[in-house]
Amino acid sequence: MHELSVSSAIVDTAIKHAAGRSVTSVHVRLGTLRQVVPSSLEFFFEIVARDTVCEGAALTYEIVLGRLRCAPCAVEWEVDQPAFRCPECRGSDVGVVAGNELEVESIEVDQKEAALPCTA
Amino acid sequence: MHRVKVRVVEDALDANNTIAQANRADFDRAEVAVVNLMSAPGAGKTTLLEAVLGPGIDGVRAGVLEGDVAGSLDADRLADLHIPVVQLNTDAGFGGECHLDANMVRSALPALDLEALDLLIVENVGNLVCPAEFRIGEDARIMVASVAEGQDKPLKYPLMFRACELVVVNKLDLLEHVRFDLDKFRYYLDQVHPDVQVIATSAYTGEGVDELRAWLAGVPARARVAV
Repeated sequence: MHELSVSSAIVDTAIKHAAGRSVTSVHVRLGTLRQVVPSSLEFFFEIVARDTVCEGAALTYEIVLGRLRCAPCAVEWEVDQPAFRCPECRGSDVGVVAGNELEVESIEVDQKEAALPCTA
Repeated sequence: MHRVKVRVVEDALDANNTIAQANRADFDRAEVAVVNLMSAPGAGKTTLLEAVLGPGIDGVRAGVLEGDVAGSLDADRLADLHIPVVQLNTDAGFGGECHLDANMVRSALPALDLEALDLLIVENVGNLVCPAEFRIGEDARIMVASVAEGQDKPLKYPLMFRACELVVVNKLDLLEHVRFDLDKFRYYLDQVHPDVQVIATSAYTGEGVDELRAWLAGVPARARVAV
């Protein structure tokens, strides 16, 4: 249900970077260690984008697999299920390398010729 | 007219995190430590708070910010304990937000006399998914799981069980009536959040409540060290 809030946050981020230009697509990166449901995100995105420069924009996403690293062992592994102990030493000094993303990676905007400078 | 790609690379929740930092700055200025108390609906957050705060925490002036979709039932219960309680309802939006975010907490701050508190406990909206995603400016997060919910919950809601410093297993008094193996729960929890602290309680019988009170009593001192 928080996909509504997350969608609003994504739209707000896109609006900020669009600087008044019309947004045609928004690309986000979603880590598997977060609990965001992509289909639900798309549904709410379309609704909250209405009456903004993001209206009608496509939401595309890339799923980032959870990747953990055991500091003492210097071992990295991918997780598709919750298992946060090191498979080698069974230790708990484990950090998240990837998978926590909830990131607006880029947007595509319609740029008028010789108009606003690109903010990228 | 042509199409331009703009690189953004920004966390979608940056705006929330910025407000959470502003909350945190206000809390630090008033020297009040803040705990975000989370659980599924009906895990016993309010009853635990009654059990802990009824007798009070020695040397700690505690208050509660009560988050609910609607109504003030929980706040009314806690107000009976004669502690500062402020109700925060989330139903002004899309039929009621399922979590508290930093901005909602910020909107409630004027109603709280932070200077008169050492510890503010924010009782989040009952929900095992959404509250874990939104920081509110807290020093510590507690997750309450009751035995009636089942032993496998850490595996099903890993983010929530990871986004906390303490897991409270409540309703121990129901253990004989439900299929809940505490050792199995601890094993599953260890898969998801190795070495997280666990306190087992029954808000009804009082078992473990002193231990939880002692943990809460230590939050302001631990928060000061962290600043």
